[in-house]
Amino acid sequence: MKLKNPKDFWSGVMFATFGLAFAIVVKHYDYPMGTASRMGAGYFPFVLGCVMAVLGFIIIGQSIATKGTPISKFAWRPLIWVLGGFVIFGLTAQWLGLVIAIILLVMISAYGGHEFKLKESLISSAILAAGSVAVFVYGLKLPFPVWPEFFG
Amino acid sequence: MEQLIANLSLGFSVALTLNNLMYCLIGCLLGTLIGVLPGIGPVATIAMLLPATFTLPPESSLIMLAGIYYGAQYGGSTTAILINIPGESSSVVTALDGYQMARQGRAGPALATAALGSFFAGTVATILLAVASPPLAQLAFKFGSAEYFSLMTLGLIAAVVLAHGSVVKAVAMIILGLLLGLVGTDVNSGMARFSFGVPELSDGIGFVAVAMGVFGLAEIMKNLEQNEEEREVFLAKVTNLWPSKQDFKDATPAVLRGTALGSLLGILPGGGAVLASFAAYTLEKKIAKDPSKFGKGDIRGVASPESANNAAAQTSFIPLLTLGIPPNPVMALMVGAMIIQGIQPGPQVMTERPQLFWGMIASMWIGNLMLVVLNLPLIGIWIKLLTVPYRLLYPAILVFCAIGVYSLSNASFDVVITAAFGFLGYLFVKLECEPAPLLLGFILGPMMEENLRRAMLLSRGDATTFFTRPLSATLLAIALLLLIVILLPAIRKKREQAFQEE
Repeated sequence: MKLKNPKDFWSGVMFATFGLAFAIVVKHYDYPMGTASRMGAGYFPFVLGCVMAVLGFIIIGQSIATKGTPISKFAWRPLIWVLGGFVIFGLTAQWLGLVIAIILLVMISAYGGHEFKLKESLISSAILAAGSVAVFVYGLKLPFPVWPEFFG
Repeated sequence: MEQLIANLSLGFSVALTLNNLMYCLIGCLLGTLIGVLPGIGPVATIAMLLPATFTLPPESSLIMLAGIYYGAQYGGSTTAILINIPGESSSVVTALDGYQMARQGRAGPALATAALGSFFAGTVATILLAVASPPLAQLAFKFGSAEYFSLMTLGLIAAVVLAHGSVVKAVAMIILGLLLGLVGTDVNSGMARFSFGVPELSDGIGFVAVAMGVFGLAEIMKNLEQNEEEREVFLAKVTNLWPSKQDFKDATPAVLRGTALGSLLGILPGGGAVLASFAAYTLEKKIAKDPSKFGKGDIRGVASPESANNAAAQTSFIPLLTLGIPPNPVMALMVGAMIIQGIQPGPQVMTERPQLFWGMIASMWIGNLMLVVLNLPLIGIWIKLLTVPYRLLYPAILVFCAIGVYSLSNASFDVVITAAFGFLGYLFVKLECEPAPLLLGFILGPMMEENLRRAMLLSRGDATTFFTRPLSATLLAIALLLLIVILLPAIRKKREQAFQEE
């Protein structure tokens, strides 16, 4: 069967999944429900999770009856390189220092764009690294190591 | 009246200290700088710059953040006029006539009209804020937990009504936000919820991570998906700034109407600046004798929406400062900033921290003045910035985002969470789910739960307490009415049209 309104259909699936997941976690880990007058930690999230799951199913139901535009293709290239560069910054900032972490972030994320020019990205990453060290480390005194730990 | 003058002079004495003036200036400049960059709206801008304000005293920090906010608004209209790329959604309509004016070589008057109109609107809205806040805060003191719960429900419902897109989806987004906001330690029992043994999660998900991921990173990836088009920038043509006599004659009534409409709509939850500018443009077109001129470079099409969105930007502080309830995502970020500074937003801010409250209000006016005085001469610099290709810009934006998130707690965890929300945000874009309600829900989640629990405890588990207390019942009745109205087919059509004015 071909979906007539894939955007709504998959949104519905997403909401239903999230709603059920929250409700199931409450039940599975036995968060105390309490009573209406003394609500436990599980009460509000359980109710919300159930309501969201119901809404998800309503959206799925509506999506069968309505017509919509197809979902445009996922642009995996920017997605992977931008998010990847971002995560790598987070993992390396403390260990390799701000300068190298910024250069990595700029180079990796720039690779996710339409055209990647190695020289241009190298220059801009160097400028950004120098500027950030000046502003954030020396100016705002954020506690970043500038160089890798093993350099001392 | 005397009280008002005393309050305002207290405010100015705080805002006019050299330090605070400097932070206001830095905020305005940074806000404009980033607002000018296409594809980065005020929410992402504030989220990005938020960590830079953590080390400041509360007054300075909020003054700077407010400055960033109007700076970003202002920067957004500059790009709308010059390159037909609205820097943020509230200047979408400005692009319609503003860009046409620029093409006719009248970019200068368009920019000047936007700036002067915004300044006028900002002044009026600031006065309104100063006058309306004390009585509203008095009313808020009468609120119990039941009323707060109902008020938040109303706020969230109204946010749905005034946002565009599917109503059911928006409600689901709110609930998703509420649920995400509940992650972390439960205040009442001390139990860690949805943290799965991850110690960082027991502190809850940082709202900066959510906002920056969903609004900032997702936005960048969306932009990268499209091909970089050649932007036509009117570099040489911004020569004559001053509008002509006829321009003034046309623009003045439009500015007045825009200001009135914007001030009113800004107080309402949800829409704020975006709705205000759309509504103002529609109104101008409706009442104009010659509506055919709109879209072809009519100065009224710039003056009115620009005034409206600035007025709304100011008056949207009213519910935040008096009730502690954020009417839109930008204000939700302000709540987050206040909480980080150890201030519980609500009516008590005005009585317990008058310096902060009135200082911020005074700084709003000063910030608006700074924007007019500084930005008209600085337009050349902003234009230069626009000629930087996006392939160089976005890695730089990412660097600032990454540093900002990382410095929240100096741990890689927040950066990873932000990336995860970036992915989620991209998914929302693909599925056409508006992210703004999610952020509102996220901020209000814990507050709503607490008030619900307290109200139920006080009523001994009797849920009718929400309907038997008159104030609470009224608020819920309005919420219900809004929901019914929005679901009526005739009005639904109108609403869809209102958001597709083009």
